Amino acid sequence: MKWKVFWAFVKKEFYHITRDKRTLLILFGMPIAQVLIFGFVISTDFKNASIDFLNHANDETSFELIEQIQSSENFKIGRILYADHELEKGFKDGTSKLVMVIPEDFSKDFYNRNPIEIQILTDGSDPNNAVTLTQYITSIVGSFQQQKLKIPENPQQINIETKLLYNPKSISAYNFIPGTIALILMIISAMLTSLTIAREKETGTIEILLVSPLSPLLIILGKVAPYALLSFIDAILILVLGFFVFEVPVRGSLILLLFCCLIYVITSLTIGTLISAVSKTQQDAMMRSLMGLMMPSMILSGFIFPLTSMPFILQVLGHIIPTTYFIEILKGIMLRGVGLEIVWFPLFVLFLMILFFLFFTWKNFKTRLQ
Amino acid sequence: MEAIIVENISKNYKDIQALKEVSFQVKEGEIFGLIGPDGAGKSTLFRILTTLLLPDSGKGFVAGHPIVEEFKSIRKKVGYMPGKFSLYQDLSVEENLSFFATIFGTTIEENYDLIKDIYEQIEPFKKRLAGKLSGGMKQKLALCCALIHKPEVLFLDEPTTGVDVVSRQEFWEMLAVLKQKGISILVSTPYMEEAILCDRIALILNGEILNIDTPNQMIQNFDKTIYAIKCNRLYDLIHYLRTQDYTESCLPFGENLHLVTKEKVEIEKLKKEIITQGFEQVEIEKITPTIEDVFLHLGQEKKEDAN
Ligand SMILES: Nc1ncnc2c1ncn2[C@@H]1O[C@H](COP(=O)(O)OP(=O)(O)OP(=O)(O)O)[C@@H](O)[C@H]1O
Ligand SMILES: [Mg+2]
Repeated sequence: MKWKVFWAFVKKEFYHITRDKRTLLILFGMPIAQVLIFGFVISTDFKNASIDFLNHANDETSFELIEQIQSSENFKIGRILYADHELEKGFKDGTSKLVMVIPEDFSKDFYNRNPIEIQILTDGSDPNNAVTLTQYITSIVGSFQQQKLKIPENPQQINIETKLLYNPKSISAYNFIPGTIALILMIISAMLTSLTIAREKETGTIEILLVSPLSPLLIILGKVAPYALLSFIDAILILVLGFFVFEVPVRGSLILLLFCCLIYVITSLTIGTLISAVSKTQQDAMMRSLMGLMMPSMILSGFIFPLTSMPFILQVLGHIIPTTYFIEILKGIMLRGVGLEIVWFPLFVLFLMILFFLFFTWKNFKTRLQ
Repeated sequence: MEAIIVENISKNYKDIQALKEVSFQVKEGEIFGLIGPDGAGKSTLFRILTTLLLPDSGKGFVAGHPIVEEFKSIRKKVGYMPGKFSLYQDLSVEENLSFFATIFGTTIEENYDLIKDIYEQIEPFKKRLAGKLSGGMKQKLALCCALIHKPEVLFLDEPTTGVDVVSRQEFWEMLAVLKQKGISILVSTPYMEEAILCDRIALILNGEILNIDTPNQMIQNFDKTIYAIKCNRLYDLIHYLRTQDYTESCLPFGENLHLVTKEKVEIEKLKKEIITQGFEQVEIEKITPTIEDVFLHLGQEKKEDAN
């Protein structure tokens, strides 16, 4: 009986979703568009980026390294510089993307396996490119080392020191993909659920549902379950796009990552139901989820602005937003490849939030109208 | 046993008093009409009786259960059709009906005999989305949905609002059939002419019950004489008549005015008097009162009492 009712709700909700263009658009158009627009913005000019060299060594090995960099299709050699004061010249007139500074005695130190400092300067006003290009350089230097010395890559020997000029607090592609996943899951889970429940209030159908012998919990579960599933599909969609379009890896456990996504989706859904419990109309629910949820999640989660550089009060606010914890988890698992031993804490916080919001939803979603 | 008992129910929304000490009873197998204009408090009372809202004070019983304490039992026994036909506009006729059947723990087939007559009329459109139906068809579908679990008591909140005249007619015929099957019905309407189709009615205005009776009795008890008067300057005439001693009440009524007098007056004398006051094209006719006259008159009295 319970299952039959639950299933009837799920079916009904799928009809609502598939028959409404706006919902479909938010559900599938938005994640794809957001990720691709972002992709378009950052993936400009990865080919033949102009690189300047300030070569203090001027020896055999340094020339080989420059040759190697040039032979990759990502870079072409711009100017050869002779003095420190020329370093920013290429950035200022917009002709170069990077400058590499090779230290004296490069050959000697290289074959004696002494530590070497190679300095890379990048144009931080174009941070996404800058970070990506730096990664390319790093990997080229790595493989150069491997070829020449016939040893496995040894990141300890050549230290590539990067300086992001003009934008010391960098936003990178690697920052962006986890942030986008977090935000989109929040939008879909919280906003769409609050909208769908508010819609039942607006059309008055909620009155019939409440007058039925169903328990409110079953009503909520029946309405929310389809969105949980779809959000989860979206999470996978973005991960796949991130991986294939931007080569954002998942270094840690995929299972753990998906599990965390699920927990975060549930957190957002409980927030969504809470929002709908206090909103009378769809417009109301929309405003509340945009202003009360999206804006703080975007600004205070460390997605765009690093939390550490914010005033204390905003940092505190940032730490009561689930997105903050989820981005932390995503970065940990995707980029640093860490496991549960590191992400257990933010995950635990998300669990607590679920309990907290469920409690309030339970209190607010009454068996009656008021 | 009474199907519905309402005892001194009051309800406030912040500063609006929506219901003031409302009391009435609906007998089993009766069609009871709640007649009142917009904002009278009809929907509020329906929501209280269907256990969606709590009253501030007073008691209520539906199908023998107290509305606050045993709301769960009531929810199994009542059918409720909220105002504005609350259906899923983006679900088809069939999908709506089977959804509501499922949540009430039944199937369309199980109780088909009860809705058969009504459902057959909309069955040709069963694949059509509810949002694309005409008002009359929406109304029938909503009624089917409210009936699908064989309720003992049916609550219909303004079921005929926004529906064409023919469908309204048909709808009342359907209610008569349901009554035959032993279902007690509480129905609200802002249309006074529908009052006559109910077994008993309560007139409600600004949250207060003005009168409760059978429609015929209510008209009979209204022992005042009513004149319908037409003329060229209706508004001025109302002002004039209201200052006269013989006038009990005088209210606009479509393109006429309806005059209720304290004692009998002669039509010819009245006509002459009015013409001497400079009104033209005067026509006077003595009429039998309608429910609307009763309503307007009682409403007017209430207003005067308040002042
Ligand atoms: N949720 C609410 N909050 C505040 N006031 C309300 C609320 N619901 C109704 N009211 C007010 O209570 C009064 C009675 O409203 P109600 O909806 O019961 O009237 P009604 O007879 O059903 O009228 P209608 O024909 O407009 O449906 C009105 O003045 C209305 O404005
Ligand atoms: Mg109403």
